[in-house]
Amino acid sequence: MSPLTSTIEAESSPQAATCAHCGLPVPPGLIEPTAAEQFCCLGCRAVRAAIESCGLGNYYRLKATDASVAPANPSGRAFADLDEESFLDRHAPKLTEGVRWTELYLEGVHCSACVWLLEKLPRVVAGVIEARLELRRAILRVTWDERTTSLSAIARTLDSFGYTPHAGRDIEARAARQREDRRFLIRIGVAGAGAGNVMLLAFALYGGFLHGMEGEYTRLFRWTSMVIGLVVLLWPGSLFFRGAWAALRTRSAHLDLPIGIGLAAGAIAGTVNTVLDRGEIYFDSLTGLVFLLLVGRFVQRRLERRAADAVETLFSLTPSFARIREGDKIREVPAVALMPGQIAEVRPGESFPADGIVSDRETLANLSLLTGESRPVPVRVGDAVFSGAVNMSRVVLVRITATGRATRVGKLLALIEECSRRKAPIVQLADRIAGWFTVTAIGLSAATLVTWLFIDPRRAVDHAVSLLIVSCPCGLGLATPFAVSVALGRAARARILIKGGEILEKLAGRSSTAGVLFLDKTGTLTDERLTVVAWREDPEQASPQLRAWVAALESQSAHPIAHAFASETASAKVHAVLTATHDAGIEGTIDGHTLLVGADRFVRRGMSKTLLWADQARAEFTTQQLTPVFVALDGRLAAAFGVGGGLRADAKQTVREFQRRGLRVEILSGDEPDTVLAVGHALGLAPEHCHGALAPEDKVKAIESAKREGPVFMVGDGVNDAAALSAATVGIAVHGGAEASLAAADVYLGRPGVAALVDLFTGAARTLSVIRRCLMVSLGYNAIAATLAVTGVVNALQAAILMPVASFTVLGMALWMRTFAPSNETASCR
Amino acid sequence: MSVIYVLLPIAFALGIAAVWAFVRATRAGQFDDLETPAHRILHDHEGDELPSEEK
Repeated sequence: MSPLTSTIEAESSPQAATCAHCGLPVPPGLIEPTAAEQFCCLGCRAVRAAIESCGLGNYYRLKATDASVAPANPSGRAFADLDEESFLDRHAPKLTEGVRWTELYLEGVHCSACVWLLEKLPRVVAGVIEARLELRRAILRVTWDERTTSLSAIARTLDSFGYTPHAGRDIEARAARQREDRRFLIRIGVAGAGAGNVMLLAFALYGGFLHGMEGEYTRLFRWTSMVIGLVVLLWPGSLFFRGAWAALRTRSAHLDLPIGIGLAAGAIAGTVNTVLDRGEIYFDSLTGLVFLLLVGRFVQRRLERRAADAVETLFSLTPSFARIREGDKIREVPAVALMPGQIAEVRPGESFPADGIVSDRETLANLSLLTGESRPVPVRVGDAVFSGAVNMSRVVLVRITATGRATRVGKLLALIEECSRRKAPIVQLADRIAGWFTVTAIGLSAATLVTWLFIDPRRAVDHAVSLLIVSCPCGLGLATPFAVSVALGRAARARILIKGGEILEKLAGRSSTAGVLFLDKTGTLTDERLTVVAWREDPEQASPQLRAWVAALESQSAHPIAHAFASETASAKVHAVLTATHDAGIEGTIDGHTLLVGADRFVRRGMSKTLLWADQARAEFTTQQLTPVFVALDGRLAAAFGVGGGLRADAKQTVREFQRRGLRVEILSGDEPDTVLAVGHALGLAPEHCHGALAPEDKVKAIESAKREGPVFMVGDGVNDAAALSAATVGIAVHGGAEASLAAADVYLGRPGVAALVDLFTGAARTLSVIRRCLMVSLGYNAIAATLAVTGVVNALQAAILMPVASFTVLGMALWMRTFAPSNETASCR
Repeated sequence: MSVIYVLLPIAFALGIAAVWAFVRATRAGQFDDLETPAHRILHDHEGDELPSEEK
């Protein structure tokens, strides 16, 4: 049952040991009293050995001791697809002849010790020229010499250190985005420098205005302000003019339109006034405005990108090459060149390159890509396997039936693309306001101009222009980016990654309609860790302490099934001795009785009698998709239990909270309807709200039909949920989900469990109310300032001083709001 | 006060120099990753003395 065959006593190892690699507690059954280092799993043991053998043991000294990370789990893949010429040409540009660089996304990167360890890569793998880690995104940039080493060798080394690498895709696009980021930063720098200098000159001018100043110097300062101001407006500020122009051309409402009009009016009036040497020049307000607006947009852009980066699909789901068997020969071909009817050889640990039928022997396959079920399932000769599923146990031959986009995964990906394309972009609140705002401002200015032409023609233009300038919606332009970016940042600290500001509006904008919350079962509501779901004993000879005995014995085993008893071992005060571990079970003695726990064939070996209750239990467990385990006490079959994924601890409370808020909660699952009903019952859901046996396509249909009534929120984790996630109004992927689901989702919950969902909805609602408050303040200011300008009470100078006051009020409100509460289990390492 | 005609160009030149330096640093990627260097410096020399015969 486990590789461990020691005979230790359950009570003799109470001391808490922590894993020498990941720092998590070591299960009592795995503690080796004689060893200097304890490990929580084989993965951690292998990784520690690999790191030590490279002479990089320093890593453990540098690592923060309180930093517990996920247990290491080297994938053991060969990464041969990384050496394909076509892959290298696309994703690994040549630096010089024979030297290439690429970016690898690494799992499990967490702290500064990782930086140290990974950047020592050139010392470990000969031929690696440089390795630079970007900690925040866990991206390693490697430069290597093709003649000395290969990318697959580098990938294998990283894998053996416990950082499973994934080839970055679209290096070109990422580089382009980075260049764009840099250009944006330069714009901000120039705008900031310009605004600062104009402000200095403006102070001198204001001083001169109050205390007198020689006309010669006033003119000098005004001309200097104008030059700097025009540079700022035409270079960094051109962004707003371009946005305004685009909004005009497409006839869509965008906040850039009123901003652009205000900026242009101010610039023209300021230039005219400077040249004619009269009136106000506005450049101090305009440059400051450009700077603040740019900062706001940049911050929002960065935070949105951060979330998008973190959940990006960084590797393709299906392998890029396949091995074709033709007669006795084996030939490697790119996966795109596969044809139906060919025979492909698939080794353990590799994924199937196309849909097909297993033709030579049985194996185990991990179909989690399609079903969300992570336990391997047996595949017999003649069974169909799907592209992207992983072959787990033996080399098999597969007769290919469908390739590329015709495969189930291909169709699923096409469905995801289609769903996300059809998703209508939401017009942000501020943009919706901007439309009528522009019309009002222009209308009012025109009215002012006409009115004043009758009262005092000399001042008509001045008044109209100052109205246009004070109504430039700076507060409006600042409120949304700052409130959103503060909220996104706080959410990220609470390990909730949100891909964009408009998603907050979608999450919070459900006041009028109730909405539906769809939850996936496996991995979302239920945990992947196993628990004992059902326990049956021989009805004729029930013994009350049997379960405690089994738990005590299991506590000494390392098999996953043993973890099912983890919560029960604490209460077990019995003396259990594990005497032998077999393939399909364990053997032990307890209080003088012998105990056998394991699979049917192992426990019932040599028992001829068929027992009715045992067969019933077995059938019952199988229909519930539980793994049946049998227990024999002194050679007599005494009990049977079903092991399966358990309900997450926070699931019931979360479901109840959403029901209290008026959301209809339903389950969409690919699992057996009976299992889904059982879970739904445990959560207190009505049977008609528990949908089982749904294919990914059915989930999309269910969501599309629910969407006609109101917003639909979908929570899921597997690739089988990905299409549903992108079809929903807001798709939320939960912790530990597959990469495709992360790419399709709008929000990623980085905390285990579903309780973060409540935080997400609460935080979104709070953020939106803060945005609304900011908009009210800013609109109120604009209304007052406009009234004063129309009546001519306020002159342009006073308006210029009022403007930043409004902006800073809005900024303060956006920064000091309470939206997302920080997670109480924030990683100590970050 | 006419010294302002000397000071203003000097101030201008200094300002432009600063902006130019900022633009150069940005283009060189100095602001691309603001997190890792803070960690990197902690262990900059750790393990440099690593003896090769240990392997």
